[in-house]
Amino acid sequence: MANEYVVRTKDLVKEYTMGDQTLKALNGVSLDIFRGEYISIMGPSGSGKSTLFNAVGGLDKPSSGSVFINDVDMAQLDAQELAYLRCHTIGYIFQTFNLIPVMTALENVTLPTVFAGMSTDEGVERGIELLELVGLGGRLHHKPSELSGGQQQRVAIARSLANNPSIILADEPTGNLDLNTGKEIIDLLKSLNKDQGVTIISATHDLKMLDVSDRIVWIRDGQIAKVEERKDLDIRIGEMEGQEALH
Amino acid sequence: MSEPVSASGTVIRRQIKLPFTKAVEISLKSIRIRFWRSMITAAGILLGIAFFASVRMSAVFSHAQQTRVDEKRATLARGGKLSAEDVILINSAAANAKEEAAAGTRLQWLSIMALLVCTVGITNSMLMSVTERFKEIGTMKCLGALDGFIVKLFFIESCFLGFIASVLGFVVGWLVISLIRLAMDGVEVFGPYFWMQSLRLCGQSAVIGTVLTFLATIFPAYRAAKMPPVAALRAEV
Ligand SMILES: Nc1ncnc2c1ncn2[C@@H]1O[C@H](COP(=O)(O)OP(=O)(O)OP(=O)(O)O)[C@@H](O)[C@H]1O
Ligand SMILES: [Mg+2]
Repeated sequence: MANEYVVRTKDLVKEYTMGDQTLKALNGVSLDIFRGEYISIMGPSGSGKSTLFNAVGGLDKPSSGSVFINDVDMAQLDAQELAYLRCHTIGYIFQTFNLIPVMTALENVTLPTVFAGMSTDEGVERGIELLELVGLGGRLHHKPSELSGGQQQRVAIARSLANNPSIILADEPTGNLDLNTGKEIIDLLKSLNKDQGVTIISATHDLKMLDVSDRIVWIRDGQIAKVEERKDLDIRIGEMEGQEALH
Repeated sequence: MSEPVSASGTVIRRQIKLPFTKAVEISLKSIRIRFWRSMITAAGILLGIAFFASVRMSAVFSHAQQTRVDEKRATLARGGKLSAEDVILINSAAANAKEEAAAGTRLQWLSIMALLVCTVGITNSMLMSVTERFKEIGTMKCLGALDGFIVKLFFIESCFLGFIASVLGFVVGWLVISLIRLAMDGVEVFGPYFWMQSLRLCGQSAVIGTVLTFLATIFPAYRAAKMPPVAALRAEV
């Protein structure tokens, strides 16, 4: 399967109707994302980042336009096919971590493998392997409430990887973390992107994300304002650093 | 058998249905962790069934007592001798019979009402539990849970609670009435009839309690299953 685009959106529109007002949270977003890319979606609050996240992740239906995941139009999928997609193809990471509070770290990471029909032994083995990968090999049986925010997000990242997804969707993964912890999470995501070749799409306010992104999509009022490549950015950052050096 | 294929040749697969045991495992975990909340849900059905069981047990005792009185009367009719105690028994039975029967019927109705109130209470408490867990349910759906699986989680959880609470409720109601009767009438009423009826009532209580909790959970479970996966992203309310 050598199709180069893992996600494509075409003229995505999402309208919210409240009373007699309609608000276009997304207004014609067309975006092609390459396999193995690290994409950051940036924009001010209310610009539509989360709405785009929901549409791409198959969590919410767009008002019009289409989303293709691995060349499959999501609109044509029924409930069971969508569930398969969410389970196997996409891994989700949330700002609020969203671990199941009644389950331990290991059980949380194993849950997607349960939904995928993996045997318990295999699932546990995979869970341990993933928790070790994110540096939590020593916290397998801790409940979310017994973990720090950064550790919870690591568990969530391990969970998102459980069924070897081709895409990881992250909505402000560092939004609830302090500067250093946020940096650690970003580095972790980047290393997963490099080592495992998983495509990462992350909506964020966090400028620290710029460093690791291959492309940055700037969104404003539900539309793509501009798309920047990292190499262009490097020049600008270089310029900025150069200017700083002058002072 | 061919699988549906997209235009570009990607195979479209469908999510598998999970075995029942997995749902049981997760529901039991959920009960254990939310122990006190589960106990409050269960307390509703427990009290209702305890009331129901006590009313029914009273009827059983009245019937046993009546049989005893009838036996004594028969002895008397055959010209046998009765002790002073037995004479008192017969006289008081004759005086109370009508009143007791009327009160018994009233109590039966009351206990049925109590069970209905319980059912509404359980619906309410399960609905609250669904609202409380919107994020968890949304997240499970993001991880690939099907609607049916969520429904199963809620049904298993409530039926398990309903069954345990009903049996306990029966034991409470049964014990209270039996002890009272033991103090009032002595051991003579605890014959085979009593034990047979107790056993039957235990089964009845368990079935009624479990079925009522099941009915009470239909709407909440449906609500939970229809929770959209975006709920996972909603902010805490
Ligand atoms: N369920 C909803 N009902 C009505 N309007 C909504 C709903 N969800 C989002 N919106 C509106 O859509 C617009 C885009 O919201 P969205 O959550 O996508 O913004 P965002 O870029 O993720 O913002 P933030 O950075 O604050 O998370 C906002 O104006 C918001 O008010
Ligand atoms: Mg957002």
